[in-house]
Amino acid sequence: MPARIGKYTTRLDRSPSVVSFASVVSKKESEGPLGACFDVVNQDTAFGEKTWEKAESRMQETAVQKALEKGGLSAGDIDYIFAGDLLNQCISSTYGIRATGIPFFGLFGACSTMAEGLALSGLFVEGKLAERAMAATSSHFCSAERQFRFPLEYGGQRTPTSQWTVTGAGAAIVGEKGQPPYLRHVCIGTIEDMGVTDMNNMGAAMAPAAAATFSRFFEDTHTSPENYDLILTGDLGKVGSELLGKLLREKGYNLEGRHNDCGLMIYDLEHQDVGAGGSGCGCSASVLCSAILTRIREGALREVLFAATGALMSPTSVQQGESIPGIAHLVHISSQPEGGC
Amino acid sequence: MEMYLKAFLIGGLICAVGQVLIDYTGLTPARILVSFVVAGVALGALGLYQPLIDFAGAGATVPLTGFGALLAKGTVEAIREDGMLGILSGGLSAAGAGIGAAVVFGFLTALIFKPGDKM
Amino acid sequence: MAQKKITQQAYQEMTKQASPPTRSYLTIPTAFAVGGLICVLGQALLGIYQSMGLEKDAAGTAVSVTLVFLSALFTGLKLYDKLAKYAGAGTLVPITGFANAMVSPALEFKSEGLVLGLGAKLFTIAGPVIVYGVSAAALYGVIAYLFGLY
Repeated sequence: MPARIGKYTTRLDRSPSVVSFASVVSKKESEGPLGACFDVVNQDTAFGEKTWEKAESRMQETAVQKALEKGGLSAGDIDYIFAGDLLNQCISSTYGIRATGIPFFGLFGACSTMAEGLALSGLFVEGKLAERAMAATSSHFCSAERQFRFPLEYGGQRTPTSQWTVTGAGAAIVGEKGQPPYLRHVCIGTIEDMGVTDMNNMGAAMAPAAAATFSRFFEDTHTSPENYDLILTGDLGKVGSELLGKLLREKGYNLEGRHNDCGLMIYDLEHQDVGAGGSGCGCSASVLCSAILTRIREGALREVLFAATGALMSPTSVQQGESIPGIAHLVHISSQPEGGC
Repeated sequence: MEMYLKAFLIGGLICAVGQVLIDYTGLTPARILVSFVVAGVALGALGLYQPLIDFAGAGATVPLTGFGALLAKGTVEAIREDGMLGILSGGLSAAGAGIGAAVVFGFLTALIFKPGDKM
Repeated sequence: MAQKKITQQAYQEMTKQASPPTRSYLTIPTAFAVGGLICVLGQALLGIYQSMGLEKDAAGTAVSVTLVFLSALFTGLKLYDKLAKYAGAGTLVPITGFANAMVSPALEFKSEGLVLGLGAKLFTIAGPVIVYGVSAAALYGVIAYLFGLY
């Protein structure tokens, strides 16, 4: 049974496995350093669809189907799916998952959705509420840009702190303990707001949430960064990563050499002109559901803390001058089950 | 030739002011466009913009401050001809061709071209 | 839990330090050069229209119309935003930037229909410019009318 340890963390004693996972990306992501890791690459950013919103739905649907296929499963084998995205009312998920017939929980966690969905899937399987549960999310540069920023043909300049929304999707299926990767702990974040109002500096808006979640997790589990091979954040980018390091150092935790960020991994920051790095739900989803989970399965990575961060604002709240609240959910993923080694 | 140089310098300078605003005040592009037009109206009203146009030609008329100055100029001219009604009709009638062109060419472009991705 | 809590002000200071500054030594000269060149193009067109026999005011209007046309065309061809990425205010402040601000949302939101998509979005960024420009001019008109400054 799941056991509550400390104030914020839940230990998954039955160590549910990530039984299958898949990632879908487009052209720019395939040209990045992780290009060879993704399951499906479509060079057409429209994914053969007429609108960017449909393209994103198609992408999420493809990720779900691919994860099922890789696991030798069909939609009927999944008890629940937890999915969400950045578009208003989470339309990419609803339209993408519409045809599958899987009982659907719609999530809004902005770019933290992958960790939120994975945590809930783990809790459901651990608590025997589901035999298999799935987490899926997506983001698309063009659909996000037209909802949050400017039309694509508009002549605007990007500031150096702005981040590039990843066109990508990821899906992971969690089932009973079998083979690695295993889900060991989840730590659900609180909404943290340090008063950042700059829409073009999301990393800075989200870093305090990540710092809060990490320090609570270390406290609850009596561990420290040295116990983990990789401490992975979702899309803090260059600015947010630096701030996270500073915030945690003030709390006495040193991430040096162990921290990486999906937004820094997916693109080549020097040559791909993406500002401070990648962002969007699809950023952490596609990186986790490709390179990271594969390396944990193979044993190349043993103890990984995956914390996807989300900025919970809307275009309306930004126009009204509100600051940007952030959130970070953490999942401890391991190559060893609980009580193993 | 001298006129080209003046147009380049003054036009470039007005744009550089815009860039300083973008870089150091964080004003959004829409706000910058609005400020430049309103600034143009104000400078035109104070009679400060016409000398700049005489000096730099297109260097002063092409930036949006010139558009603002045109609105101000159109307003007084319309008041001279039509009296009080000119207060309302003057600005738009002076700027009519520019706005009309933007609407019609904008409409046609949006109709003909396909929206594209940024790569 | 002995650690001190970081205040919002302290965090803003940290953010400022961590954020790379805009490279103004590049952006400002580029904006100057590109904006200047667009004005030179305007000056050249002005010369051409005047030599064709147009009066000064009419020639000026013809220049604006031509630049608006060129901006719309380059926006449709997806070239204007590529130039603007480097030019910043150099492509924003000239009348071509105004045209780009009208065409780009209209094109982008065509997928939401010809009336409330294309038609309405034509004015998302340009609408405020006209609203404040015309209102400022009318305010000036009232003052000019009342005080006989015309």
